[in-house]
Amino acid sequence: MTDPTSTSEAPVSESAVDPAAASAASKGSRTGETLHANVFDSPKERVIRYALGACALVSILTTLGIAAVLVVESAAFFQEVSIGEFLGSTQWTPQFADKHFGIWPLIAGTVLITVISALVSMPLGLASAIYLSAYAPVWLRKWLKPGIELLAGVPTVVYGYFALTFVTPLLQTALPHVAPVFYEAYAFVLRLLPFVSPPTEPWTGDLGVFNALSAGIVVGIMVIPMVASLSEDAIQAVPRSLWNGAYALGATKLEVVMRVVVPSAFSGIVASFILALSRAIGETMIVTLAAGATPKLTLDPTESIQTMTAFIVQMGKGDIAQSTIEYKSLFAVGLVLFLITLGMNILANRIVARYQDKY
Amino acid sequence: MTDASGTFQLRRDRRKAFGAFMAGFFFLATVFGLLVLIALLVDVAVQAAPWLNVEFLTQMPSRLPERAGIWPAIVGSLWVMGLTGLIAVPLGVASAIYLEEYATEGWFLQTIQVNIANLAGVPSVIYGILGLAIFVRFVALGSSVMAGAMTLGLLVLPIIIISTQEALRGIPSGMREAAFALGATRSQVIWSHVLPSAAPGILTGVILSLSRAIGETAPLIMVGAAGMVMAPNSVLDPFTVLPIQIFNWTARPQDEFRGLAAAAIVVLMILLFAMNLSAILLRNYFEGKRAGD
Repeated sequence: MTDPTSTSEAPVSESAVDPAAASAASKGSRTGETLHANVFDSPKERVIRYALGACALVSILTTLGIAAVLVVESAAFFQEVSIGEFLGSTQWTPQFADKHFGIWPLIAGTVLITVISALVSMPLGLASAIYLSAYAPVWLRKWLKPGIELLAGVPTVVYGYFALTFVTPLLQTALPHVAPVFYEAYAFVLRLLPFVSPPTEPWTGDLGVFNALSAGIVVGIMVIPMVASLSEDAIQAVPRSLWNGAYALGATKLEVVMRVVVPSAFSGIVASFILALSRAIGETMIVTLAAGATPKLTLDPTESIQTMTAFIVQMGKGDIAQSTIEYKSLFAVGLVLFLITLGMNILANRIVARYQDKY
Repeated sequence: MTDASGTFQLRRDRRKAFGAFMAGFFFLATVFGLLVLIALLVDVAVQAAPWLNVEFLTQMPSRLPERAGIWPAIVGSLWVMGLTGLIAVPLGVASAIYLEEYATEGWFLQTIQVNIANLAGVPSVIYGILGLAIFVRFVALGSSVMAGAMTLGLLVLPIIIISTQEALRGIPSGMREAAFALGATRSQVIWSHVLPSAAPGILTGVILSLSRAIGETAPLIMVGAAGMVMAPNSVLDPFTVLPIQIFNWTARPQDEFRGLAAAAIVVLMILLFAMNLSAILLRNYFEGKRAGD
């Protein structure tokens, strides 16, 4: 423990409850231990300690509850749908007459959103962290840092509204203008490659009302504060002597930052990236509102897709009977989502713990 | 010799120019987030302006946009937030006290700490699944305020625990030792010395976690918060909240309902802003007070 009192007190109070030690001790030290027992181990104190401990157990119970619900309900799902179908089929059509439960379209939608959001949040978040920790004057930092953190406080449903009513129309106007340039460059590269035929139809940049691009960009914006603040923590943890050493060798500020500080803070920055990915995978309202509800095995960002989270909400929203297979599929998708995000969080927390030990 | 120094000069100028260019990029990247935030606020305000009036605040939701209001959503949000606080704050603060003041180093403490850190990263929609299966169906609370508040309570619990732990860690151990030296028991030390000193930090964490709760949508959709209901009168009544109302209206294709959604967003953002502002003011007030001692 960080609190020195608890570590120093613990062994004493332990010996106080040990009757053998108490009876073996001399009379003088025994009154001392009785005092200890009264102060730290009287029935009242013990009740308080156990009550507080019970509260701390609620968080463990929450985890167990989540795991139990997901596993039990998924087990019921997998009695009707084989795991082979779940992981092997490429169609996700739970509400059609011809039902297929292949998770890959939902995974593809989630990956698409996550990749787009990462392209936005990682460079911008890291650049913000670098600016705040190395460049910004104190007075400006005092305004910019809380300003960026405000972005994290905006409810996700508001971001969803913003994606649907602002970003999508903006992209619908802008994309057709840049599309030909992109398409020509893309086709040019493909023509250079052997065995690959260039796309037959030119890309027009037409964007539907629901598309992965707009949702992914807004998810990325939502995650910027997280990348920025965690990366900044990592950068601040780099010892000042490393900065000064690089300056003394005649490096410019940019060289100090990019060649010494960022590499030293690399593990922390990677941890912030992983957490950003995990947050994007779990993001629900933005993708439900702006990315659509058409599970599709595609990597085209202009198309309407469905993510795992959006499917869960779609199922949870309607009044589906509890016994139907569609309802049970919600838990199977939830289990996959939970396992993926949990794995990434554990990884990121480990990395953070390691770099905190290092410096 | 002069040639070499000339090359050095040239390269140094280039390095400096590139440095200045990148500094500009870093600055623009930092400001980008703020610009988006401003665009969002302006967009919402412009869309909301024609719809914001007293009737909007005091009426029931309606299928007719001109008669729709958000009174049940406002009341529902306040109910859910209050109840979430009543559930999560005592539990969270008690957990943090146990972890910081009582628990000794070991596998048990380690397990709980790792568990809390991981819980904080679980997607909110997963908490919704938990609430749906346990509170709505198993405990049979139905789609009630209570089920919603318990779900959100578990959702914000890790945030409250982590922020309270940080507040407790900030209390110098000398303060505890002084109280122990006067013969106080552990619970007396915590109750009379540690908690009052940590109160501002704890309070800030609590307000921030409640502002998270009031903005959550996905878990409450899963729990079954409906769009068209009366304001709740008891904890077992069905309910709706502002984010659900915003979601329902945004999901409709008609422009009128998008306008209503924007108006509801303005109300929600004002509520959130007031909560965050009070958190900042409280912190400043207590910090000023402590500095004045």
